[in-house]
Amino acid sequence: MTRTGKWRFVLCGLLVGICFASRLPEAFAGDSLVNRKAPEFVRKDLSGARLDLKSLRGKIVLLNFWATWCGPCQLEMPVFAKWQQQYGPQGLQVVGISMDDAPAPVRRLVSKLKPNYPVAMGDATLGERYGVLGLPLTYLIDKDGVVRAVFQGDVEVNSIERELKRMLGHG
Amino acid sequence: MRLGFFRGAGTMIVFAALFTACPQTRAQFFGGPSTIGADSIPQSELIQPEELNRLLNTQGGEKPVVLQVGSLLMFREAHIPGAEFAGAGSQAVGLQQLQKRVAPLAHDTFIVLYCGCCPWGRCPNVGPAFKLLHGFGFTHVKVLYLANNFGADWVDKGFAVERHS
Repeated sequence: MTRTGKWRFVLCGLLVGICFASRLPEAFAGDSLVNRKAPEFVRKDLSGARLDLKSLRGKIVLLNFWATWCGPCQLEMPVFAKWQQQYGPQGLQVVGISMDDAPAPVRRLVSKLKPNYPVAMGDATLGERYGVLGLPLTYLIDKDGVVRAVFQGDVEVNSIERELKRMLGHG
Repeated sequence: MRLGFFRGAGTMIVFAALFTACPQTRAQFFGGPSTIGADSIPQSELIQPEELNRLLNTQGGEKPVVLQVGSLLMFREAHIPGAEFAGAGSQAVGLQQLQKRVAPLAHDTFIVLYCGCCPWGRCPNVGPAFKLLHGFGFTHVKVLYLANNFGADWVDKGFAVERHS
């Protein structure tokens, strides 16, 4: 094979690889985030305030992905609000990211539930970074911004609280 | 007189219990979105992820029209190759979109509906979407059974996905 032929072969291989890569299956991104830096994001919450994950370093962050149409998510929200009140002074910050397609139903529900923590709208890019392919989905991020635990689906809130208390130094 | 009071109160309690236990009735009463659970779909109308994956990857076989009836945002994140977003089944506007999508199809078209937004028993979307197609006379509709969610029961099993369509 001539030198030009080799390069053509390599280029074709790369193109085929790129085409296939977009269709390749991937493992649940959330699992692979454990013990790695939480993907950073900056958004405006529903009140218009700036929400920067990086600015929460030094706190334990409970990052909850939810939606108004997700039944189990709505059962968790009052619990998270209670924890924000109870563990907030010890360094917990709850953050809610709605995966609704539009903000209107989120605003309606938030004005009804009045959570005591910031809620912002998510998007497909943020969803991909955190592997949000099913709700509810909750991450616990330590004071250095490293993901320490992930809870996916209809899990017992007690298991989240156990891990949270451990991270807060309760046991 | 006292007996009549207890009879009346008893009847009211029975009605209240029935009303509370039936989310569909409750939703109709309050005008909220339909909450026909995924559990209402007969087992015989379900298709397992492995079976759908096999169908999609078999050359020459009958390929179903695959419609995602859950979240558009999650559809953009990842979806079954060739699938189309057809509106959230739990919302009236979503069901209108689904109705519009299937209008030109023959009633014996092989259609697979899926969502995977939440654990199966909590999914608000596939039940109403299935009911709509069934009501319109579609005879070959299957619903993809995703026990936990699309991530756990499709992506994590190593089946192919497309993104951002």
